[in-house]
Order: sequence, then structure tokens, then C-alpha cells
Amino acid sequence: MFKEYDPLKNKLFNVMDKDGHIVNDKWMPQISDDQTLKAYQQMMFARKADLMTVSYQRQGRIYTYPPNYGQEAIAGGLAQELRENDWVVPAYRELGLWLAKGATLKEVFLYFMGYEDGSRFENATHLLPVSVPIASQLLHATGIGYEVKYHKKDEVVYTFVGDGGTSEGDFHEALNYAAVWKVPVVFVIQNNQYAISFNVKNQTSSQNLAVKSVAYGLKSIQVDGNDFFAMTRVAQEAAKTARENQEPVLIEALTYRKGAHTTSDDPSKYRSKEEEQEWEEKDPMKRLKGYLTGKQLWNDQQEEELDQQYKKEVERQFEEAENYGDYPLEDVFKYQYSEMPDILKKQMYAHQKFLKWKEGQ
Amino acid sequence: MSVMTLVKAINNALDIKLNDNKDVVLYGEDVGYEGGVFRVTQGLQQKYGVERVFDSPLAESGIVGTAVGMAVAGMKPVVEMQFSGFAYPAFNQMISHVARMRNRSRGRYTSSMVIRMPYGGGIKALEHHSESMEAIYAHIPGLKVVIPSTPHDAKGLLISAIESEDPVIYMEPKRIYRAVKQEVSEDKFNVEIGKANVVQQGKDVTVVSYGAMMRDTQKALAMAKKAGISVELIDLRTIYPLDVETIAQSIKKTGRIVTVAEAPTSFGIGSEITAIANDEAFLHLEAPPKRVTGFDTIVPLPQGEHHYMPSPEKIYHEIEKTAKF
Repeated sequence: MFKEYDPLKNKLFNVMDKDGHIVNDKWMPQISDDQTLKAYQQMMFARKADLMTVSYQRQGRIYTYPPNYGQEAIAGGLAQELRENDWVVPAYRELGLWLAKGATLKEVFLYFMGYEDGSRFENATHLLPVSVPIASQLLHATGIGYEVKYHKKDEVVYTFVGDGGTSEGDFHEALNYAAVWKVPVVFVIQNNQYAISFNVKNQTSSQNLAVKSVAYGLKSIQVDGNDFFAMTRVAQEAAKTARENQEPVLIEALTYRKGAHTTSDDPSKYRSKEEEQEWEEKDPMKRLKGYLTGKQLWNDQQEEELDQQYKKEVERQFEEAENYGDYPLEDVFKYQYSEMPDILKKQMYAHQKFLKWKEGQ
Repeated sequence: MSVMTLVKAINNALDIKLNDNKDVVLYGEDVGYEGGVFRVTQGLQQKYGVERVFDSPLAESGIVGTAVGMAVAGMKPVVEMQFSGFAYPAFNQMISHVARMRNRSRGRYTSSMVIRMPYGGGIKALEHHSESMEAIYAHIPGLKVVIPSTPHDAKGLLISAIESEDPVIYMEPKRIYRAVKQEVSEDKFNVEIGKANVVQQGKDVTVVSYGAMMRDTQKALAMAKKAGISVELIDLRTIYPLDVETIAQSIKKTGRIVTVAEAPTSFGIGSEITAIANDEAFLHLEAPPKRVTGFDTIVPLPQGEHHYMPSPEKIYHEIEKTAKF
């Protein structure tokens, strides 16, 4: 696959057309109807949660949030291959992956409500917290890859970056390290076309982003990230390469950020309705639904019912997060060091003393 | 004169300098077409063209590193770090080259540039969007560090920064980007770098602050006034080089000094001013110099941020204790 879709050929890998017809039988992944349906439902849940989070933000019930709207198939496909002990080293727009790894929606809500506790991920193994500084996390993934190889573990490290992040030095250092060390890391570029307002066409003069791997000597592919089957197949091949050959892989998943960069951003300032419409046709949910309904595996009524069920579930978890309670002063201090230094204790006690004085006023 | 916010005043200063010096160029992430995520550079690309006001690829080291080259070759880059929390990939360029080019080349080359960056907390932001790390830059020999607290100063200081032959880190208190409005002249004027502003004369306690904390400090001063404490308020405006003379003179007058900042306590600007009190006014001191700051901790996410940010009550409390010491 990596030969046939060598990024130097600038050939996009896809399996399914925009209406859900399989157009590339050769590379259709081995996946049962049941599993496909389940994946679709998980993607539905991620989308429902995402859209509701944006509306919660509009109501002032949650702070700044980076929407995932339109990018669901990337997580959807990768999740098919993800094992419990595999690592996920995220940026900040991988909601589907966090959920697939076992993070709860409540935790995600807590984080974006402004509680660090949302990054505990009590039920998830090998899931790192959100990393905001662009591309810096890719090196962490490479280091984890070193540990996996060092201890001869059967694990794959998945890590994520956006199209803009490919301009950062850390992106290039991570690819080089991973290729030199031959570690089982799968780098995923979620190329959603925009780094805030900046179009990917201006970000680079490379013919695509996958091609950046060539100089560093690692396998890569440019895949239609809105095509669930293509993503699933690429995930299978990449995981196999990483797991069996201890080799890193770079995946450029082509997608579109249908929402804003974050809820503080207004994309109408920098992109056209025509462009949005063009991508609407390639929406990942619409395509997979087309496939499922074409095979009589799914219908609108089932979708409506499940949508209502998910709405309730999202509301339930949101309310739990909303009732999380106060943020104690001690929590500002106690995770800074393994043991709190005296100088820090003194600052905390002084503040407690001030609070007492304030109460007495 | 027209009513300006900080955002408008900065935009106006950039406009004036782009207009009167063809070697001024403006770039950074999203600063061109969109006019910046805070709209600080709005309209400037339309007015001066994409060759002079432009979006850079997403790479902060790239932004500052290329600015060094431009400056060495005689241009005047004014670059933006989208948030101070994302400036660190460029830190190597700043500490290793921006700060050193003049000294290294014995004055033959300079890296005269302005690096703008919004900083500071209190806006309920995500991680890395709330820090106040001015002390890091102030500690680097070769850099000047400027922080305005009013639209007037923002404009005058930025014009001075762009005209300066030295590299200037120009930190913008984003919490008050639009919260403070003031009548500001539309003409070109300078606010001198290195000169603090005595905002209010007083005799009991000297209070020194800067940036967004000036607002909270002024609220505390209203409380102090009610309590009959006469405060002399100094707005630093320039973090480095510190205006030692103005600060020392005031401490000599009042014998008491309280500094206010939202940065961590240790090794901060307040610590430096305490050292000035010791060096320059030791025999005049009537009370131990006091620092009101954030903690030596990461700025908490929004739910815990109120613990961290010094409140007007906390500032007042320390002013009162110092006055009564």
C-alpha cells in the first residue's frame, strides 16, 4: 500500500466515494457489517457530543472548546485498530480517540469547563492529556515509542498534529528521531485545511504533507480522512508496520474542519460558503451512512432514535460535570512537585490567612 | 483625539510606523488576512499589502529567526507571538541571537525588532494562555521589556519600541485589551522606554504595578483611600531597563513599598524592586517590602484561577498591613 500510494506520486488513497459506494475494492478493509455499524454509531456519538459542546459553550456553560465537527472518520477508522495498551498522544482535536481510549465525556467536559481533573482519564490506559503547544507532543510519542521498543512491548503509539503543526521544528525532529530510532509510532496529520485562518496551501510548498516523510526515511500515505473505510485500512497497515517491523509511519488524513478553530474563532472571516459546501458533500458521516443505508443496515428512523438516546447521554454526563463542585485551593499547589516545598507551603498558608481576614471583613 | 481601546491604540501605532518607515514589516500567525486572533492588526494588510503585513507559517522559531536576518540586513520587523505561552519555540532565537547580535558583532549588526505578545491571565482560558512570564525576558541581557497598562501608553511605547535600536519584547495585557478606553491622540507621539509613570502622588505607601494588574491595584487604592491611607502609585511601563530613580525616590519619600504582579512570586519583578529598595533606600524603610503576586504554581485552569490572581482585596490587605507595620 505504501508503495502504491507513495506520496511522491501525489495520489490520494480512498475506498469509498462521496455517496458511500465502494470504489476501490482492492483495499477495502476486512470489517464486518456489525463492526462498521458500531463504528458509525460511535462516530455519531462523538459528533453529537461535539455539537452539543459547542452549544453549551454558546450558553456560557463551558469555556473555549475546539470543535471536531467534520473530522469524525479519522478517529473512527483508527479506533478499529486501537488496542487497550496502545498509546494515544493527542493534540487537542481528537475527541473520538479520547472516547475510544476510555476517557469519559464527563472528563472531557470537566477539562473544558476548567478543571485539570478532567485530564485524569480514570478508565483509560495510555492516554496522555491534551497538549496545546503545537507539535510538541510528537516528540513525546517518539520517546514513548523508544520505551515500547526498549521493553519489547507489543504496543503502538498514535500521535496527532494538524496541518499547521507540520511547519514547527518539533514535527521534523520527531519524524527524524522516530525514523532513526525505528520506533513503533504512527504519526497522524489531521489536515483539516486550516491553521486557524491560514490555509494549508500557504503553509507549505510541498505537494502534500505526507511527502515530508520521504527525506526522513519513513513510510507514509495521504488518505481521504473523511472516508471511514480508507482510514480503517490505513490504520491496519500502519499498525502492522509499527507493530511487526518496529517502524514509524506518517499518515496525512485529508479532512475539513467544518466548525471553527475554537469557539473563539469565526471562520466566516476567512473562508467561503462555496468551499464549505464543497466539503459538505464529502462529509464523513453522510458517506458512511450512505454505505450503511445502501446495504439496508441502517435507516433514518433508527438514526433519529439513537440520536435522541445520545442526546440524553450527553446531557447526563454534562450535568454530572456541571455539578462537579468547587476547586479547592490545595489543588492549585499539590500537584506541582512530588513533595510540596516549604516555600510553596508558605504561599498557600499566607493565602489561607488572607481568606480568613477577608471572611471577617 | 479619539477614544481608543488598547487594541485600537496598538493598531494605530503600527499603522503610523508602517506609514512612515518603509522598512517596517509586520508578520506572525494569522496577523495578515485575518488581522490577528485579537484583531490587533486588523486592516493593516489591506492598507499596506501582503509584502509588508503577512501571515507566517506556523513556526515561532521561524518568525523570530527570520526577523533576526531581516534586522541584520537593515529592515525593521515587528513580529507577533500569538500568545506568550506559545513563544517558547522562538526562545532559542531570542536568548541566543536577538539579545546578542549587537554585542557579538561589537555593534556592527543589530537585531533591532519588536516582538509583540499578548500575556496574562484572568480571561478563563485554556492551558498556556494565562501566564505572565515577563521576568524570563527581563532576565536576558540585551532585551528590553515593555508592558503598557493604558491605551495612551500602549501607543506611545509601541512607537518608541519600533523606533528603538534595540530589540524590544512588547507584552500586551490581553485581559484589558478592550476593557480600558481612553482619549488618545491620533498623531504620532512617544512614551519613553525606561521611564515609569507616577500615576498618583501619596505619602504613606508606594505601590508599584504594571499591565493588567494596574486596574486591580487602582481598585485596591480606592479601598485604601477610604481607610485613610495615602498611596503613591507607580506604573512601571518598562520592565527592563527598570526606572530605578523614580522607584527609589518614591520609596525614600514613603518608606514603604508594595509591588503587585500576577506572575509567580519567586524571582519576579517585585523581587527586583525589593532589591532596589534595599540598595537605594534601605535607611528610609519603615516596613519590609511586600510582594503581592500569583503563586509559584502553574496558572490554574478557569475553575481555580480565582485562587491564583491577586484580587483588589488582597492587594488592599497587603497595603494596609504595610501601612500599619
